Amino acid sequence: MSTGTSAVGRRRFITFLVAAPTLTIAARLGIDVTADAPAMAAGRPTTTSSEPTTEADLGTTYVLRVTSDNRIIFESPKADVGQGISTALAMLIAEDLDARLTDVHSELADADNLPGQSVGGSRSIRDAYDPVREMAAQARARLVTAAARRWGVAADTLTTRDTAVHAPDGRSETYGALAADAASVTSPDVATTPKPISEHTIIGTPASQQEGRAIVTGAMRFSLDVAVDGALPTVVARPPTIYGTVESVDASDTEAMSGVVAVTTIPTGVAVTARTFHEAQRGREALRVTWGPGPVDDVSDSTVNERLAQAIPPFADPPLLSDHVDGRFEFAFVNHAPMETNAATADVRPNSAVVWSSTKVPNGTRRQVAEAIGLPEDAVTVHVTRGGGSFGRRLSSEAQIEAALVSQALGRPVKVMWTRDDDTQHGRMRPASMHRMRITYLAGEMVSFENLSSAVQLDFGLSPVIIGIDPGALGYPSIGSAFFALTQHTPYALGTETKELNEVPFEFPTATWRSVYSGHNRAAEELMMDRLASKLGKDPLGLRIALANDQPAKALLRRLRSESAWGTALPAGWAQGIGYHEEYDGRAGCVVTIDATDPAAPRVTSALVAADMGIPVNPMGLEAQFMGSVMDGIASILRAGNHIDSGSVRESSFADFLWPRQRHAPTNFRLVLMPTTGTSIAGAGEIAIPAAAAAVASAYGRATGTQPWRFPLNF
Amino acid sequence: MPTYKLFVNGEHVSVDAPADMPLLWVLRDLLGITGPKYGCGIGACRACTSHLNGKEIQPCVVPIADCANKHITTIEGLADGETLHPVQQAWLEEDVPQCGFCQPGQIMATAALLKTNKNPSDADIDAIANVCRCGTYCRIRKAIKKAAQA
Ligand code: FES
Ligand code: FES
Repeated sequence: MSTGTSAVGRRRFITFLVAAPTLTIAARLGIDVTADAPAMAAGRPTTTSSEPTTEADLGTTYVLRVTSDNRIIFESPKADVGQGISTALAMLIAEDLDARLTDVHSELADADNLPGQSVGGSRSIRDAYDPVREMAAQARARLVTAAARRWGVAADTLTTRDTAVHAPDGRSETYGALAADAASVTSPDVATTPKPISEHTIIGTPASQQEGRAIVTGAMRFSLDVAVDGALPTVVARPPTIYGTVESVDASDTEAMSGVVAVTTIPTGVAVTARTFHEAQRGREALRVTWGPGPVDDVSDSTVNERLAQAIPPFADPPLLSDHVDGRFEFAFVNHAPMETNAATADVRPNSAVVWSSTKVPNGTRRQVAEAIGLPEDAVTVHVTRGGGSFGRRLSSEAQIEAALVSQALGRPVKVMWTRDDDTQHGRMRPASMHRMRITYLAGEMVSFENLSSAVQLDFGLSPVIIGIDPGALGYPSIGSAFFALTQHTPYALGTETKELNEVPFEFPTATWRSVYSGHNRAAEELMMDRLASKLGKDPLGLRIALANDQPAKALLRRLRSESAWGTALPAGWAQGIGYHEEYDGRAGCVVTIDATDPAAPRVTSALVAADMGIPVNPMGLEAQFMGSVMDGIASILRAGNHIDSGSVRESSFADFLWPRQRHAPTNFRLVLMPTTGTSIAGAGEIAIPAAAAAVASAYGRATGTQPWRFPLNF
Repeated sequence: MPTYKLFVNGEHVSVDAPADMPLLWVLRDLLGITGPKYGCGIGACRACTSHLNGKEIQPCVVPIADCANKHITTIEGLADGETLHPVQQAWLEEDVPQCGFCQPGQIMATAALLKTNKNPSDADIDAIANVCRCGTYCRIRKAIKKAAQA
């Protein structure tokens, strides 16, 4: 039964009471609840950039249940891989339900039938903010009504707090004790609208991650920690070059080894299943496989760079008497490298299959697994576990498919783990890219900004960010170029803008890397602002303030200037650097200080992020996201990247893929949140990365008197 | 296949394993102790960090043969029942974890460090080489200092 529909901005949803023995409310987002569905599927501009339509328009279901033992169970369709989504969603519920935060428990939902059950594009909290609070308000109204009827008093005399309903005479009843009665309240006697921001006590107040205790005690279960009876460790021997093929296998030595149970050839390589991962790896080493070539065997970094350069057209002829500043920037491939490698457990039976794994696209994973093993989708169950990081990695399902194929072949459950070298050499990467930029000005006025970029083709896979993008209809040659055009927004008034991304169709295993194109392209644009400032003899932060498109941007940049003590004298070899970015309905700026006295071993010593998040839900979680984003900026600008040698990734582990350690991290990090606007809510996961990457490169350039252009710098 | 006796988190266990099997797989695959994480298998990421006779080790590169009759503590054995170890407590208070995958190793490395260095300097903390892909380093630093004061 429908309890109401609402439209919040462009996102519509419906909340409804679910027939159940205990109070259960669901909320559903999607085009199926709107009248103007076709228009929405085409994508609409939002406040700061024109983002493609995504999951919100295609359906996501949230379910909230009040149990008799006074717990609020929230089935979250949003995979938590460390972004803090579960805690933020629990906060939304606790706020409008008047429940103690500790009584709200988020559980990761299994794969459902709605394509919108996915995490990406920094959309989760933006999409959930209204429907989830309304669900909670709907539940609260029913609990109050049930108490009023039980006590024979007027519902509007009752109050709620601490997961209980209270009467003026001192009587109280827990939600748990009212949940069965409340389940049959079809029309509540009190309002079901969420609280105004001025009454928020939980939203906006720092809260630590709910899973903290499980993590610090080692109790948290990640993909391979789930105990599935009899599931055998399995690793896959992979080709020496990317996407190489298996031609023949001699497994005789392997099969004779102690602990080895089976050897199975699958499309991606040769799987060795054993009693332990140690024995599986030893068995893998003993295989004799003849490998066929892959599609990029003759491709190395030099080939990639040549093709990227060829794909960039020349600049337009500059107008007479104008002056310009040019830049060329190159970014290497960079692996996602989540701490937990690609991993999954699967139990495939003749007519059904169960998969346990972390995935940000549970039903995409389910569909791909079903296809791979030839079962109907509804015969496959995907249990979503917590994931050890993603950064875009868990938008593809290779390990889940491999586990299902091997389990099917062996007729028993298996757990597939990608070793770190597998994940580094055959896992996904941010595509290598090249950017040529020119800012043209005449008599002190900005005339034009040209940004002509190229990148290795990006495999968006199951990523929700491209749902609804039809590149052909929009006039772009590829999804990547369309996505680039829709998302890459320059926050400065630079005159006429020309921006294009030309994709080069190399078959590398790529995937959207946290912030997709913004992490490199927008960082490069910010470096152009530094170059422009230097050419004009202006301060880079002052010039940004002068050229920023709108007042909120100027306000944030000014705040950054004052909070960072911008321009303070520093020792030789030290400098501050600045970056600014707008996306995901928010704004973020970053100032870092770098010690580059040894240019080969620079260290960012402190970092300040200022962000305009609209309505911040969990400042503690935001700080964590921005701290991580600063580290991603440090990594991708200074240290971490991948080389390609004749179709192979040169790096193989954290020994040579130089992800920052503690000694590369700032000792001082600070977040400043701009005052709540109370009107919109911004996505936090990716917004600070372009700003941080730019700030690090900017600081390095200013400290060393160079113009950095090829990243990572020490590579 | 030889049999080894170990004391894991205060309990006697015995396992049949080849002498060269890294302790990590003995713990995870034979004993079902999944707190120590696999992140690289070559001693580079330190996600597996645990203690052998009270000292920090990376179980992915320590063969079981070197652990016979010794005391092994994993993240599961660090707390005293329901009472968290001061390092775990500091980690919670600073809300250190993001995904959490590296944190058992970070906590065990810190617990080992604080046994021999009651008041680690910034340089001592910089020497901790555990990778955190999520980038929680600033909170780790704060939590280490807090735990040192506890
Ligand atoms: S798994 Fe042991 S150090 Fe990486
Ligand atoms: S918390 Fe995710 S790797 Fe450290």
